[in-house]
Amino acid sequence: MNFNDTEQQAQFRVKCSAWLKDNAQLKTQTGNHNPHGKAGSPEFLDASRIWQKKKFDAGWAMLHWPKIYGGLEASPLERIIWDQEEAKFSVPRGVYEIGLGMAGPVMMQYATEQQKQRYLPPMAAGEEIWCQLFSEPSAGSDVAGLRSKAVQDGDDWIINGQKVWTSGAQFCDYGIIVVRHDANLDKHAGMTFFFVDMKSPGIDIKPIKQITGGSSFNEVYFSDVRIPDSQRLGAVGDGWRVAITTLMNERLAVGDANGVDATEAFEWAQGQDDHGHALIQNRAVRESIADWYCQASGLKNTKLRTMSALSKGDTPGPEASITKVVSANKLQAIGNFGIDSLDMAGMLKTDLSDVHEFHNAWLGSAGLRIAGGTDEILKNIIAERVLGLPQDPRADKGVAFKDIPSGK
Amino acid sequence: MNLDFSDDQKLLQSEARKFLEKEQSLQRSRSVLNQQEALDTDLWQQIVAMGWTGIRIPEQYDGLGLGHLELCVVAEELGRSLAPVPFSSSVYLFTEAIIKFASDEIKQDLLPKLVTGECIGTLAITEQLLAPTAQNINTTVANNAVSGTKIAVPDAGIATHVIVICNGQKGIELRLVELSDDCNIQKQDTIDDSRGHFSIDFNNANSQLLGHHGAGWRLLQNLLDQAAVMFSFEQLGGAQATLDMATSYAQQRFAFGRAICSYQAIKHKLADMYIKLTLSKSNSYYGAWALSTESAELAVAAATARVSATQAFNYCSQENIQTHGGNGFTWEYDCHLFYRRAKLLSLNVGSLATWKEKLIHGLEKAQPANAQ
Repeated sequence: MNFNDTEQQAQFRVKCSAWLKDNAQLKTQTGNHNPHGKAGSPEFLDASRIWQKKKFDAGWAMLHWPKIYGGLEASPLERIIWDQEEAKFSVPRGVYEIGLGMAGPVMMQYATEQQKQRYLPPMAAGEEIWCQLFSEPSAGSDVAGLRSKAVQDGDDWIINGQKVWTSGAQFCDYGIIVVRHDANLDKHAGMTFFFVDMKSPGIDIKPIKQITGGSSFNEVYFSDVRIPDSQRLGAVGDGWRVAITTLMNERLAVGDANGVDATEAFEWAQGQDDHGHALIQNRAVRESIADWYCQASGLKNTKLRTMSALSKGDTPGPEASITKVVSANKLQAIGNFGIDSLDMAGMLKTDLSDVHEFHNAWLGSAGLRIAGGTDEILKNIIAERVLGLPQDPRADKGVAFKDIPSGK
Repeated sequence: MNLDFSDDQKLLQSEARKFLEKEQSLQRSRSVLNQQEALDTDLWQQIVAMGWTGIRIPEQYDGLGLGHLELCVVAEELGRSLAPVPFSSSVYLFTEAIIKFASDEIKQDLLPKLVTGECIGTLAITEQLLAPTAQNINTTVANNAVSGTKIAVPDAGIATHVIVICNGQKGIELRLVELSDDCNIQKQDTIDDSRGHFSIDFNNANSQLLGHHGAGWRLLQNLLDQAAVMFSFEQLGGAQATLDMATSYAQQRFAFGRAICSYQAIKHKLADMYIKLTLSKSNSYYGAWALSTESAELAVAAATARVSATQAFNYCSQENIQTHGGNGFTWEYDCHLFYRRAKLLSLNVGSLATWKEKLIHGLEKAQPANAQ
């Protein structure tokens, strides 16, 4: 056992690192938490665009893609090495991940060659931003319950309905969308997949104010929006199969719940007073931090086991499926711990960056436990895909979609 | 990047697994429990014959000269099958102490005999109904004569030698004692009688020093750190066995017209078992890396592996009973064998609270500011 790169991997790491050093700033321990502007602000978007273009011009933007679309044909392991190195630098993140992580693979698999050459390079270069339009007000965990309608009209489809939880829709150029073309068919058989120009007439975008006060998600309304049939991805009725490909990629794209971790909680507890002693001297605190440290270490080493398999050319096991459910719950616990450690003053919003991070963790984790698959759906996936257990009995099997009970 | 066992190590593991299945290790464990015996002698002799007791012993002493990673994969299989043998006492604790701390003379005497099974060793720490510390060891040593009473000593009924944690003039010492009729050894009832535990009265028993005068507590901690990694693989094997049992039972058991594994309450329980097991496995691999490379991170890695493994096996063995419903509470089903072993393993080199404290203490020591 060792944690060393092979010679080839080490060379690749040096190459990544050298380019990053020339083009970005290393992260510092203390410093401005939003050096590129507040997430979602125009300055932040500009900074993201500039960084993405720089990466694209050097081949790093989608390094695992074929060269003809702007990639480097890098191996899965090289992609991880790049991500590890990039994570050491202060770069704007969050604008492109969904488009590149979800729309990218779907376009790669289902678009025509001509479409790929037209859309993939600008997507990777950050010149065109993509979003994902799946969830609806009555189709969350059960996303196949979606109701937005598509009716064929000559060479076009006419779309009516509402999507929700669409990240970045307000500044996106294109979106991937799954809609219902026939409510008389079974739920999963009646769906079709498209990509759509977000500037099309009839699209109305309304930001959702989240419990954090921010608005990274939107409601997107479709009123008689026309999509050419040439923008259909997969056959008519294949929408669910195409969507599943995307959802699998979403799980990889969402991954870890980022934020304060065991180490930050440990350091905070060393500096914070608790009835005249350092908080770290408190036995209950020591035990909690030990729990989080073991979870963080378990996730880190799970990732390294996955990398080890890739490094040998093996297919990784299903172990990475635990990542989000563990990390999001850990984040929520640490957020609560940090705020509680201030006793009555924990209610106050302050400029102190540590406290700010605990507040972010406490509020943000509530969303992270839902985004990209709720805890409950992820546990179903572990039970079904890893342990081989059956799906729950379902009231909607073999029933025409229009006859499925839907509540209010 | 290679956080995985080698093909040879995986082969050793699969051979160990096949052997322990063929020899019905689990049923033998039940039989030892039922008969109130201290071990399964036949299984132990076969294990010795296969050379497992000499895995870490250098070839010059007739051992196999392999490393800790080979011990880890064997440990996982012994844990999966609840093998009722003195392997952990004699190998992870006693043999390791001899290899690391004994004089050449002692090594030449004992290591070949540990390979052949002529010598079986164990470690005696506990004296009272509380956690042992460097301050509460009352067993004394003077002029090499050891006196005092140890309790909850694993495998002392069959052991030929024991390392005794003693209070000497310069502090804690590790003392090697050859067990004789002068030592009064009594079997003690425990929560898991598939593994024999004993009290020992030492009355001026002759002993030899291992390591240096006064260094005993530090050496003991290092020995326990090493052992904790290997025990974490036993715990991992046991946790995987209970997850497999629970999964299989939930697929066969029907309630309200369908298999209980189709209810989310059960699916999520099994998923939670898998999550804890996976965290534990990855941390055990990290511990194995630190152990096999003699890393300075061993103390933290061992505590991390130990805490995770204890949490995983405790949780999986208890929820395995829950998944089995009333059947899980019967003597007839195997669930309680794992529940007992999980608890025993969660105590034998120190409790969960003790190891969480070791982990945080290790993090404090590792900080650059404190290292100066």
